[in-house]
Amino acid sequence: MSGRLRGSASIVGLGQTEFSKSAGRSETRLAAEAIVSALADAGLPVESVDGLVSYTIDPVEETELVRSVGIPEVRWSSRVPYGGGGSQGVLLHAAAAVAAGVAEVVVAYRAVKARSGARVGRAEVSGRASSSHAGTTAGQWCTPYGVLTPASWMALNATRYMHASGATSEDFGRAVVQMRAYAAANPNAHFAGRPITLADHQASRWIAEPCIRLFDCCQETDGAVALVVTGADRAADSRAPVAVAAAAGAGVFEEEVASNHYRPDLSVMDSSVALAAQLFDEGGVGRDEIDVAMIYDAFSPILLMQLESLGFCGRGEAKDFVADGHLGPGGRLPCNTNGGLIGGGYIHGLNLTGEAVRQLRGESCNQVGGATTVLVTSSRTGVVLRRG
Amino acid sequence: MVTGDNEGFWSAAEEGRLVVQRCAGCRALHHPPRPMCPDCRSVDLGWEQAVGTGVVYSYALLHHPQHPAFEYPVVAALVDLDEGVRLVTNLVDVEPHQVRIGMPVEVAFEPTADGFAVPVFRPRGAP
Ligand SMILES: [Zn+2]
Repeated sequence: MSGRLRGSASIVGLGQTEFSKSAGRSETRLAAEAIVSALADAGLPVESVDGLVSYTIDPVEETELVRSVGIPEVRWSSRVPYGGGGSQGVLLHAAAAVAAGVAEVVVAYRAVKARSGARVGRAEVSGRASSSHAGTTAGQWCTPYGVLTPASWMALNATRYMHASGATSEDFGRAVVQMRAYAAANPNAHFAGRPITLADHQASRWIAEPCIRLFDCCQETDGAVALVVTGADRAADSRAPVAVAAAAGAGVFEEEVASNHYRPDLSVMDSSVALAAQLFDEGGVGRDEIDVAMIYDAFSPILLMQLESLGFCGRGEAKDFVADGHLGPGGRLPCNTNGGLIGGGYIHGLNLTGEAVRQLRGESCNQVGGATTVLVTSSRTGVVLRRG
Repeated sequence: MVTGDNEGFWSAAEEGRLVVQRCAGCRALHHPPRPMCPDCRSVDLGWEQAVGTGVVYSYALLHHPQHPAFEYPVVAALVDLDEGVRLVTNLVDVEPHQVRIGMPVEVAFEPTADGFAVPVFRPRGAP
């Protein structure tokens, strides 16, 4: 599938609201603002939009969005199952719709009030009545045991990863220090101007021992991001198009995002292994072509786990890859140059896509010189984006 | 959340029994339970009592955030039963920092705040 979509769609517009701890307005308004901003960036009128895609956990109702933004006719809409793990799936869906000719201009969006609304990381015993995690394996089998939050779900995998790889909390901390250094230089980041040291990381309290400290966690954020996707031919007229060179999703679909507890070897992210096969092997992209990587870092252990499962380093070698500075400027794989989800903010991964677009436009606060190919992944979904 | 697909597990737990779903078609064991066997597509699925012994596959000591229904740190664990299936559970009767991957454990049953009994595990040989 990914091979057939190769280069047939492009991102032509990027819009986002400010990222804050309290947006003071509804998710629907945040989504509407980001979409209008993205369309302005694309140079396209609202009336041109005929497709919508988001995540199943997004709280914005399509009806309210359409009647607020004033989209006259939606010909196609879709949602990618669950949350951040599916974040790059919105581009797979949008590219597929455009390639199939069922929509011409698709807006992909995600709006969250994680900080001031229903906080993702807050312990809740009753599942919410949406297609989030209420009726799935995580809710049914974790809740009775006090395993209530994404951090606690993921911690069970991360401890096993530490056991298999020899990685320590300090190893995770070195990745966090790099994310926070990038964030410090990004005025739009949650932690703008606030770098940390490894000692600061080690002094932050345990959320889930022995793997996740407070500073290992993404920053719950209020905000929205929108992307405008259209066909490559139509994109040629736009200011700074970014081609969707490869898009893939699903992988091993036994997990929503961080609640995969039943695969045989939890030190490996099987979904990322499957994703890499789709993007790199079937998609015809070489790992050595990737100039910048945006890798879903809801919690720092999964950043190291994905580096291995995506094949950027061998099993157990991510700790050395990080310690050698390869995620930083001048490294082999500059990673999460907006500060990631840990330092930049948590719009469930779609802000990582936004940073990828900025890198390819040469507009990042931590610009990687000559970046032409950027990978964006979120465990089970991913895209390779190219300039032009 | 009790549903038609998992109620056998929780009602057995209330009786102090740990059960695992077994497929009558191909004899495979499955956990979490499901309405169809993914190996042979049989819908003839039943419950079988487990021996109740296993080893700790992974664990985490949960400190924050805290919910009033639980004592902290919550000792969360994945236990691989000797039958070959894995459970999310809690470890009891163990000092949290003594928990290790590979530790042999056996099932015990603890009442919950809302009156259910849940299978938990303690170090094998503990009193
Ligand atoms: Zn069967």
